[in-house]
Amino acid sequence: MHIVVCVKQTPDSAAKVGVENGKVTWGDASLVVNPWDEYAIEEAIRLKEKYGGKASAISLGPESAKEALKTCLAMGCDEAVLIADPAFAGSDALATSYVLAKAIEKFGDVDVVLFGKQAIDGDTGLVPVGVARRLGWPPLTYTIKIAELDATARTIKVERLLEEGKQVVTSRLPAVVGTVKDINEPRYPTFMGIRKAAKAVISTWTAADVGCDPAKIGSSGSAMAWPQISGLPARQGSVELISGTPDEVAAQLADKLLADKVI
Amino acid sequence: MATNIWVFIEQVKAVLAQASLEALGEARRLANAQGGAVSALLFGQDVSGLAATTLAHGADEVLLADDATLAEFRAEAYGGLLVRLARERQPALILAAATTRGRDLLGWAAVDLETSALADVIALGYAGGQLTATRPVYAGKLLASVVAPKTPALVSLRPRAFPKPEPDLARTGQVVPVPAGLNEAELATKVEGTLVEEGQVSLADARIIVSGGRGVGGPEGFAPVRALAQTLGAAVGASRAAVDAGWIPYAHQVGQTGKTVAPDLYIALGISGAIQHQAGMRSAKTIVAVNKDPEAPIFKLARYGVVGDLFKIVPALDAEFKKRLGK
Repeated sequence: MHIVVCVKQTPDSAAKVGVENGKVTWGDASLVVNPWDEYAIEEAIRLKEKYGGKASAISLGPESAKEALKTCLAMGCDEAVLIADPAFAGSDALATSYVLAKAIEKFGDVDVVLFGKQAIDGDTGLVPVGVARRLGWPPLTYTIKIAELDATARTIKVERLLEEGKQVVTSRLPAVVGTVKDINEPRYPTFMGIRKAAKAVISTWTAADVGCDPAKIGSSGSAMAWPQISGLPARQGSVELISGTPDEVAAQLADKLLADKVI
Repeated sequence: MATNIWVFIEQVKAVLAQASLEALGEARRLANAQGGAVSALLFGQDVSGLAATTLAHGADEVLLADDATLAEFRAEAYGGLLVRLARERQPALILAAATTRGRDLLGWAAVDLETSALADVIALGYAGGQLTATRPVYAGKLLASVVAPKTPALVSLRPRAFPKPEPDLARTGQVVPVPAGLNEAELATKVEGTLVEEGQVSLADARIIVSGGRGVGGPEGFAPVRALAQTLGAAVGASRAAVDAGWIPYAHQVGQTGKTVAPDLYIALGISGAIQHQAGMRSAKTIVAVNKDPEAPIFKLARYGVVGDLFKIVPALDAEFKKRLGK
C-alpha cells in the first residue's frame, strides 16, 4: 500500500488574524500543520501500520512548509516531499488540485490519497474533490471512518458524515479520502520521531519535476481573483445582562426573545 | 446577453434542502436585475413531485433527470451530468447550497469546466458585468471579496445567509426531462445506506440552536440542553471542549473544526466562547449566553447574558417557554 497525505501549512487556529494594507497578517502566531490535516496524517499512518507499505506526506507551499512536513515525519510518515516553485504563486483551488494530482501521478503507485476537510485559511474545501476528479478516482469526502479496506480486492468501505447522518459508501481503489475530525485522535510526535525528522532530508519537486503545463498553474491557471480582503464589521450593541432568581431570569428572557421575534 | 442562472436543487430521499430554496430566491433576484431566466436542476429518482415547489420558489423551468443512477447523490454521477448539461446549454452561473453535496458537486464540475468554484458565499452580485462574491475566510475571521471572471461561475451559498423566498403558487413553468446518460457499471462508488440519528434537527438549517460547552460538566449535563432544544424545536450544538471530552458526538460541534452556523437564535450554555468557537457561530442573529464566569468572552458577542448556574437557569427557561408556547 502506498498512502499519500496532502498537507498545508497555515497560521495557528488561535491566531488573531487581521488585514494590513490589503494583506492578511497573523501577528506572532506560529505556522502549523493545518488542524484538519492532522486527522489525515494520523489516518495515513494507521493505514500503513495496519496494511503495510509506505506513507508519504506532500505539501504545496513555500520553503517554510518543510516544517509542516517535518511534523508529518515526526508523527510517523516515511517520507515527505515539498512541491514548490515560484510559478505556483497565485494558484487557486483549480490550479492547486492540478499540481497535487501531477505530484501524485509522479509517485506512480498510490493506492489512497488522504486530505483534511479544508484548510483553515482559504476554507474552500474544494481541493480534495478537485484532485479526485483530475486523477479520475472516486472522491470519498467527509469520511469519519474507514470501515474496511481490502488491498487484494482493491476496495474500500467508508462512513461519510453528511448533514442527515452517516452515509456508508463502498468504492474501488485507488481513491481520494477526505477526512473529518473524529475519524481518529492524532498522535503526538515522539521524541525519537522529532529527532529523526530534524535530520531527514526533504526533497523538493518543482513544476517541471512533476510535469506541469505552465498554463495551468499559478495565476494563469487560476479562475478566480481576490481583489479585496477585509476584517469583519464589528458586532453592533453590547450585552444586556439579565439578573434575578432563575424564574425571574427565565420570564425576562422569554419576554425579550419573543418581542425580538427570534422564537 | 441574458444571464441564465441554474440552481442545483438538493434533495435527500425526495426531501428538499431548505438552502436550495434560498439559492432559488437569490437566483431569481439576480436574474430579475440582470435579465435572464432561472432553471432548477432536479436530479434524482422519483423526484418529479418536487418540480412544482421549485417553480413556486422562483424557477422559470425545471431540468429534470430522473434515473436510478441518480437515486443517491454521488459527485461523479451528478457532476458528470451537470458538466454535460452545462456544456450543451451554457449557463452564466450555477448556484448550489454550500452543503457537503453542493461543495462536492461544484468542486468536481469546476475541473471539467475549467472555471472557478466559489465556496460558502454569503453575498453575491454583478458589478460592471463581473460576478463578485463575498465569502468568509480564516474561519470567518475575515471576509474576502472574490471575482469570478470565467463562465459558468460556480457558487455555493452558505445555508441561511440568503432569505428563503415566499412561494408563489401562481408561478408556472416547463418541466424539461433530460437523460441522465450514466452507466452504473462505470461509477466507482456505491451508497450502501445511511445511519440517521432520529429526531435530530440539522444544525445547518436550524433557526434556533441550543449549545452546551465545558460548563455542562458531563454527558448527563446535556439533558437540560436537549430538553430546552426540544421545547424550542431547536438543534443541539456543542463546543469543542464538550466534544473532545466525549460528552456528545462530533456531528454536534460548532466552531472552527466543526460546523459553521447562522441561526436566528443561538443559546450558548456553559460555553466560554473561545475564538475557535466564535468562528462557527458569530453570524447568529441573536446570541444568548449563560455562564458562571462574568469575564467569559462569549458575553462580548451576546445580545443577552445571564451570569449564573446553567443547571438552575435552563430548567426555569424550559418551563417558561413550555408555558408561553403552549406545550
